[in-house]
Amino acid sequence: MLRIASLTLFVAIWWLASLFTGPQLLPGPEKVLGAIIAQARTGDLFVQLGVTLARVFAAFAISMIGGTVIGLLMGRSKIADRLGDPWLIVLLNLPALVIIVLAFIWGGLTEIAAVLAVAINKLPNTVVTVREGARALDPGLDEMARVFGLPRPKYLWHIVVPQLGPYLAAAGRSGLSLVWKIVLIVELLGRPNGIGFQIGVAFQLFDVTLILAYALAFVVVILVIETALVQPIERRASRWRIRST
Amino acid sequence: MRPAGEFDRLEVRIAHKAFTAASGDRFDVLRDICFKLGRSEVAALVGPSGCGKTTILRIIAGLDMDFEGAVARPSAGTLGMVFQEPRLLPWRTVEDNVSLVAPSTAAEALTSLFKILDLEAHRSHYPGELSLGLARRVALARALAVNPDLLLLDEPLVSLDEALAERLRAQLAALIESRPITTLLVTHDLEEAIRLADRIFLLSPRPAQIVAEIPLTTPRSARSEREVAALGAEIASRINGHAESPVPRANSLTKHDATDF
Repeated sequence: MLRIASLTLFVAIWWLASLFTGPQLLPGPEKVLGAIIAQARTGDLFVQLGVTLARVFAAFAISMIGGTVIGLLMGRSKIADRLGDPWLIVLLNLPALVIIVLAFIWGGLTEIAAVLAVAINKLPNTVVTVREGARALDPGLDEMARVFGLPRPKYLWHIVVPQLGPYLAAAGRSGLSLVWKIVLIVELLGRPNGIGFQIGVAFQLFDVTLILAYALAFVVVILVIETALVQPIERRASRWRIRST
Repeated sequence: MRPAGEFDRLEVRIAHKAFTAASGDRFDVLRDICFKLGRSEVAALVGPSGCGKTTILRIIAGLDMDFEGAVARPSAGTLGMVFQEPRLLPWRTVEDNVSLVAPSTAAEALTSLFKILDLEAHRSHYPGELSLGLARRVALARALAVNPDLLLLDEPLVSLDEALAERLRAQLAALIESRPITTLLVTHDLEEAIRLADRIFLLSPRPAQIVAEIPLTTPRSARSEREVAALGAEIASRINGHAESPVPRANSLTKHDATDF
């Protein structure tokens, strides 16, 4: 209920603001909605959304899997931590734009270069978060697993993964939003399709309605993913916690 | 070839064990702890808190390799252990916690174990929903579910209220009585040791040494309240020379002290 009220308030403010600034700078909600419907009719919207989503998921998967493995290693082994730390600091502080431009120069204006550039941007955040989680693993449960001779796959799945759960969730949450923002930049700079490319075109035509239409459509998609996929997984993973209400 | 009996024995010989404190100082924890346990023998290590009892168990369990000496475990080697804290996986149900470590144990065997320990009603609960007493029983069920050849119990009844500890002690006595498990129990509670063990090793304060070995000849089930209390008083008086001696529930003992000794 509160969420709907808050959303309604947002739309109302938007509508009022569009009245003051005029439709050139800020088209009203009804105009943007009209543009979304028009783009959807031609089918263009879904193609661009699909292309961008595919890049988002590919980059997200690479950065999460790679980041989790590296983070676990660095959290559990002092040597790996010492070796990896300088690299991590460099990657963390390298601006996204530098990584993207270099990826395109070295890898050409290709799909692989684009996805890798995004994944490398996200990777160090995942590593840092998962490393923190790996450092916080309960040594008591490790000892229990050793005493009872738990095989390695079982140990990872039943003891390590559940403890890393909150850290993976945090990395995933912030990751998804970061990845899709960077994917748009990559598309703007070096891809012939996707939401980012379309927004670039709209920018050159000064078509604010189209910019907002694409941005809004993608936000809706992300919201759907969040409520239909991320939240149910989280609920299932934390069903053992005692509910405080 | 060595006689078969040798393989069934637990042999512990810890010449020396030291810890390095955070400050960098090294201090001795254990010195010359040597004992042997035969098959299905139940022994108790009794000593003041902080004397290094848990360290002995950790060395036997193979969790601490940094010591001088050697430990020979029974050859078949399945180990069951109850830690001082239950150490259950909070994200797995009671049943999953137990079956995780004992995947080859038959469902009926688990069910009968849950029945004996009064856990039937809690099989689908998560550890966070259990009281400490229940969680300890789950930890005990887990240790027994693997059909261990060697069972290590680290203060399994500590910080439970007396009535509950009494009940769990009786369940524990019945369980180790019914199975051929070599059991080593660590406790600071002399009376608990007298009720459960075939042999008691008394430990000195740190660095711990075995100061006395007391065999208990009466069968577990035949030990009366009076006998337990009397024996407790006798042992307590024997170790009175040591500071912080492990006096069990002093009030009940002093009463008997006046009449029996």
